[in-house]
Amino acid sequence: MAIYSKEQARKIMEKALSFSKADTCEVNLSGSESGNIRYARNTVSTAGYRSNQTLVVQSSFGLKSGTATIDEFDDASLEKVVRRAEELAKLSPENPEFMEPLGPQQYDESKTYIEATANITPEFRAQVAADSINPAAAKDVTAAGFLNDSNGFAAMMNSKGLFAYNKSTNANFTVTMRTNDGTGSGWATRDATDIDKLQASMASKRAIDKALMSRKAQAIEPGKYTVILEPSASEQLLNNMLFSFNARNADEGRSFMSKEGGGTKLGEKIVDERVNIWTDPMNEEVPSAPWNGGGQPLKRMPIVENGVAKNLFYSRYWAKEKGVEAVPFPSNGIMAGGDASLEDMIKDTKRGILVTRLWYIRTVDPQTLLYTGLTRDGTFFIENGKIKYPIKNFRFNESPIIMLNNLETLGQQERVNGNLIPYMKVRDFTFTSLSDAV
Amino acid sequence: MKRRDFVQLAGLGAGAMMLPTSLMGKSISAEALLTPGMDVAQKKMMADVALNTAKSLGATYADARIGRYLNQYVFTREDKVQNVVNTESFGIGIRVITNGTWGFASTNDVSPDGIKKATNQAVAIAKANSKIQTDPVKLAPVKGKGEVSWKTPIKKDFKDVPISEKVDLLLTANAAAMENGANYVNSALFMVNEQKYFASTDGSYIDQDVHRIWPTFGVTAIGDGKFKTRQAMSAPMGMGYEYMDGLDSEKLAGPEGTGMNLYRQSYDIVEDATLAAKQAKEMLTAKSVDPGKYDLVLEPNHLGLTIHESVGHPLELDRVLGYEANYAGTSFATLDKWKSGDFKYGSDKVNLVADKTQVGSLGAVGYDDEGVACKKWDLVRDGVLVNYQAIRDQVHMIDQNESHGCCYSQSWNDVQFQRMPNVSLEAGKEKYSINDMVKDVEKGIYIAGRGSYSIDQQRYNFQFGGTAFYEIKNGKVEGMLNDVAYQSNTQEFWNSCSKICDKDDYRLFGSFFDGKGQPSQVSAVSHGSSTTRFDGVNVINTGRTI
Repeated sequence: MAIYSKEQARKIMEKALSFSKADTCEVNLSGSESGNIRYARNTVSTAGYRSNQTLVVQSSFGLKSGTATIDEFDDASLEKVVRRAEELAKLSPENPEFMEPLGPQQYDESKTYIEATANITPEFRAQVAADSINPAAAKDVTAAGFLNDSNGFAAMMNSKGLFAYNKSTNANFTVTMRTNDGTGSGWATRDATDIDKLQASMASKRAIDKALMSRKAQAIEPGKYTVILEPSASEQLLNNMLFSFNARNADEGRSFMSKEGGGTKLGEKIVDERVNIWTDPMNEEVPSAPWNGGGQPLKRMPIVENGVAKNLFYSRYWAKEKGVEAVPFPSNGIMAGGDASLEDMIKDTKRGILVTRLWYIRTVDPQTLLYTGLTRDGTFFIENGKIKYPIKNFRFNESPIIMLNNLETLGQQERVNGNLIPYMKVRDFTFTSLSDAV
Repeated sequence: MKRRDFVQLAGLGAGAMMLPTSLMGKSISAEALLTPGMDVAQKKMMADVALNTAKSLGATYADARIGRYLNQYVFTREDKVQNVVNTESFGIGIRVITNGTWGFASTNDVSPDGIKKATNQAVAIAKANSKIQTDPVKLAPVKGKGEVSWKTPIKKDFKDVPISEKVDLLLTANAAAMENGANYVNSALFMVNEQKYFASTDGSYIDQDVHRIWPTFGVTAIGDGKFKTRQAMSAPMGMGYEYMDGLDSEKLAGPEGTGMNLYRQSYDIVEDATLAAKQAKEMLTAKSVDPGKYDLVLEPNHLGLTIHESVGHPLELDRVLGYEANYAGTSFATLDKWKSGDFKYGSDKVNLVADKTQVGSLGAVGYDDEGVACKKWDLVRDGVLVNYQAIRDQVHMIDQNESHGCCYSQSWNDVQFQRMPNVSLEAGKEKYSINDMVKDVEKGIYIAGRGSYSIDQQRYNFQFGGTAFYEIKNGKVEGMLNDVAYQSNTQEFWNSCSKICDKDDYRLFGSFFDGKGQPSQVSAVSHGSSTTRFDGVNVINTGRTI
């Protein structure tokens, strides 16, 4: 059994801690069950099921700590794993950055578990695939897709009295539709905590429409263009940017948040004042765990407010060094949107490009947060408020910082990979070359 | 662990690498790595439980992989050990064909009961999916191998080398970098031992012991509001700890004027860290490149990644056929181009070979993960596309009846599928050194080491950076350059290949954590080449102000 209730988890962890002889001991218990189906060429290709459970024990003596794990939870196994962590701790070199476990904390009630998602069967997955393949085949389109669902729990306890428990479910669906003449491709992604909100067949329909619309794309010159970025196009760039809000790197002078001559850009305006980004584990649309693996409570917290960098993320060690409060890395990201629908945004665009997706994104220069990558699966030219024709894909070289400084309009939000991201219109987005890829 | 978490942990920003949680397994002590796993006779017995259960449930084919995966990773920064990780993962993965459909399940309960339960699950999944199967699985024949074994030819098992020795070596390299002007250093050692047992209803029982190692670092220099990082010039290898010996006989001098040393089958991490610090400092004030057309002189530890992305991936048959359409994409190298027999992938000088047997390479094994004996074959000969990379259930689609032996799974709990073999560029046949090559270039750039990389989903348009860039003017290396990236189209690029250094310059590049598939799996693969010249490639300037 991979999924334990709060009380079952508490009992196992209490037992493990009872064997501890170390200065401090912290245990993390987790388990998950997940299933997937993959299809391509309008037929199923692979499918699988995975179940696992783990207890991680970290014991410490002074600044020396050791970690051991086990997947069996009888008394003898629990004692064995605790002894092993203690032996490893005694053998390890002192870590000057070691932080003692936290004491008891208060956590919000999580919204991350939905029973229906936990009850998905192989037959359900096969049906999702069939509901994607059949409408594709009917329109001379070939479907390739992937559905993965998971159901899991995480719990922790330590010798300082901290206890935390959370259950969660998640389902992710992506689909690529390619026209059989090889000239059109469309893509859509959906993810949900509640399987009833996944609407995979709607995503398949959207991808089929994009594939049909994108046939026989025309080449236009690379250069700077106004773009409308769908949420799935900007999500990774934004995520990469947030991941770089690391206080230590900024303090050490090796981050785009470092300031020339020392110090950081914390508290400074770094992007357009309409940009507001925060984290909120309690958000109904994108709920996430109310605590992290170290037991720190996760709360709503601003990251960028009215264009100003409001928080950098401080590990507990770095916070102590700098004499500030620790700021945990967020478990989700939410960017404020506006009322405009995609249709409104297209209507208000004189000349621009609609981008479904940006892909193969890699860092070019961490100093300026410059990334490169390509458009994919549906790129369209907009003129005088209308989509005129599909265009060939572009390679871009752009920084999310420059992108958010060139903001024109914020549209409605959509959930992408557990984050809420708005449609965005941005001017002067830099495309540097053409790609023949469909 | 997501890729970016790992990059953060390792403090390294570049390279085709990824480290998923499923590979980590459970933490154990370094001593426990030396404990022998389940013996071969018992593995055979357990595998037979899976095969017999599958057959009794109506499977027409089944294979079982019992895997013990041992990993040891050491992470340091400056004068501190950040983390030492020893992990073990043990279990069985069972794959079946029922009603012409694949099913797969895995378990870490390697007992008859656990195996029977997992086999039942695999068959149930196959049956559920067979209802929507329109293209029944057709396997290329494989003759049973009986009971055989294979082992990476290593000289020093990493498991026998004390952690303290590894830590000392990394800290010595870090100190060398700091003494030579670095502000920060992150270094790491990745060591992997896959002990895997394969059995199938074809009558194969294959026991293999596979070793890999990757030492790496990032050395950062800071000045005038800028920071520059120079990555290690090491390559991940299919070798034992002997790779760390730093033998002079395996060193090669870089082009005159660079002061660089490059490494073949033995790596001197302290020497490389010393030079890295000097180069990182030099980069802070190096000239920003003028964009335009340049003749590129690409060092093997750089060119390997370009080969990987622009040759290795597009010639994976599953991509060509559309099986990867929803994730990595498809390929420009379509079947009609191959069938034409005259598709010019590159210039006449370009010979690209796939090889799962090359000694010291990451991809070398005796048998792949569906029991096919490994081999070497041509992909591009005299510039013409001649073949792909294919496994048992797909090779019939290119009218061949023998698998190429390049099926792989990252772990016992993931299903095996087609993965890239080592794909390498053959060395030039005429005597031609790196200095001969530089002398012949009027306006060019020498690029060494791995950097930023990105390519489209059909592998036409790519952009690559590197670690160290040197301007070449009128046959001489001038100073270092900054802000360099080149953009090209795969076919155009390989057709601009005009010169290849001889075999004395040949080295392996490696990707330790190459990602593919859904759920994503990693694999390790090498790419060999000698320094190679490409004419008139478009170079852009990546400098920006924010």
